[in-house]
Amino acid sequence: MKPDDSSITWIPEPQLGMTGKMFLPLFVQGLTTTFKHLKKSLGGGTVTTSYPDQEPAIAAPLIYRGVHRLNKDHEGRVKCVACFLCATACPAHCIDIIAAESPWPDREKYPESFAIDELRCIYCGMCEEACPVDAVELTSLYNLTGRSREEMIFDKEKLLSVFDATKDKEPMKSEAFGGTVT
Amino acid sequence: MPAHGVCRRQTQKMIPALIKIGILIGGLMTAAAYFVLLERRMAAWIQDRIGPNRVGVPLSLFGFKDLALWGFGQPAADGLKFIFKEEYTPAHVDKRLYVIAPIVILAAALAIFAVIPFGSMLPPLDDFGIPTGGDPVQLVVAPGVDVGMIFVFALSSIAVYGVILGGWASNNKYSFLGGLRSSAQLIAYELPMGLGILGVVLAAGSLNLEKIMQAQVNGPWFAIAQPLGFLVFVIAAFAEAARLPFDLPEAEQELIGGYHTEYAGMKLLLFLVAEFLHMITASFLIVILFLGGWHFPWITGPADAEIGWLTAIIRLIVFNTKIFLVIVFFMMVRWSWPRFRYDQLMSLAWKIMLPLGLVNFVAVAVMQEARHALGSKAENLGWTLMVIVFSWGICIAAWVVAAWFNPLITDNRPRRMLATAEVDSQI
Repeated sequence: MKPDDSSITWIPEPQLGMTGKMFLPLFVQGLTTTFKHLKKSLGGGTVTTSYPDQEPAIAAPLIYRGVHRLNKDHEGRVKCVACFLCATACPAHCIDIIAAESPWPDREKYPESFAIDELRCIYCGMCEEACPVDAVELTSLYNLTGRSREEMIFDKEKLLSVFDATKDKEPMKSEAFGGTVT
Repeated sequence: MPAHGVCRRQTQKMIPALIKIGILIGGLMTAAAYFVLLERRMAAWIQDRIGPNRVGVPLSLFGFKDLALWGFGQPAADGLKFIFKEEYTPAHVDKRLYVIAPIVILAAALAIFAVIPFGSMLPPLDDFGIPTGGDPVQLVVAPGVDVGMIFVFALSSIAVYGVILGGWASNNKYSFLGGLRSSAQLIAYELPMGLGILGVVLAAGSLNLEKIMQAQVNGPWFAIAQPLGFLVFVIAAFAEAARLPFDLPEAEQELIGGYHTEYAGMKLLLFLVAEFLHMITASFLIVILFLGGWHFPWITGPADAEIGWLTAIIRLIVFNTKIFLVIVFFMMVRWSWPRFRYDQLMSLAWKIMLPLGLVNFVAVAVMQEARHALGSKAENLGWTLMVIVFSWGICIAAWVVAAWFNPLITDNRPRRMLATAEVDSQI
């Protein structure tokens, strides 16, 4: 494209004022900003969280996408109805469900086994969005570690225990967001 | 025997000099290491972070809790890391120059300190078993060097060789560009730097750094008496030390690492230490030439009096505090201003700094000539005040004129009226 191409709009460069041309006033201005931040940090106003010593504050735990959990209903049964919508929605194919006939009269199926490979998972939260009964949810647990690959495949019991561990701190999202699914 | 006597006098000079060299090199290396830590902490603080504060004494090796000590172990950890890294030499480099370059730059950076005072003086040390012959100990490795300033200037120019050799020997276009930029930049800024120094030398009447400090004890600090020279010198010193906003030789975003792209391990460490030493040298020079050296009104005593331990220690503290503050200023400027574009850098040197330096030089020369003409009538406070007012007036006037004509081009986008565009369309 040539400089005289008609499709180029030429915008005149903003002119420097006298303070800009003199440099030093602007220099002092910049130095003042730097000094302000230095003073603030020396007074303890840093934004760093010293992580292992200090837990980071998660601003909105309800929308944080950490480790999964499988919710239980009021009778302590797993809420999942083994519809496979989460496994279908999962872009990383990390959810493995084996369905079986439900022992309870109010639903047809329940997951005999429900496993999520936490290493494959990309924590996109699409399983949570796909779930019609709000059974699978992402918690705000962020520090997930393990010593082997096998350990990081969370089965049904493990996922239900995550629910038990987090249910007091993080209520089920359907209820917290005023939803109707129980 | 006369030969014996000469020998003993030589020894009397040698032993203190060797001790001073030991203290100075040890001190400088430690200082450079800890200034790296300070630089990182300052960078963090200015960006509202905490910075490296973990590495301390690893007591957990012995089953206790670690001592963090605000990260005071970080320089040792960094140094060890560099030492234990693989000493990798790329296949395509010019091996001899590649090895020589970091040695040249570090040796030149350290040799400068032979004539730079790191304090005023100490009382005689004969009571402590060090033969000083009853004279006070000058806190400079080579005391009384009358060409001190020229020596500093010459060696700081040799440091450029290290950079250019490093860039050339690396056989890499980015390193080479860094070396070229560095050479052009350092040559351009040596002139305003020299002009800044010339004003001081003219006013002090000596190239000896100790005498320059003494001149400021008796008169006003040269930063007050020659504000224009001070500004020019400080800006040129930033450029000579290749600190932001003049760090074009190693602009990471453009040149990867500049002239030390191909270096690793200890050789890289030598380059980095030398760069820090340049900054420390620049701080020393700013303090010695313009901020009065060890002098502070009322507490440091007159220049030519007998020196006691208390005065000696106060002077040492004042001097080092000043240097520390100047270095902190260097570090703060780094995070205040973006880098210049290369053409702006050059036009700043040749079109603004050089004329301003000349104006300062002429103003100082006029004042000195007037002082000589007036003779003893010029030895009072009123005259000193008049010199200060005159030089500040000159400084402001020259600065405003330079700003008014504003030779810095900030916009170099292609023009609409380009002649080549017409030629192209005709073809």
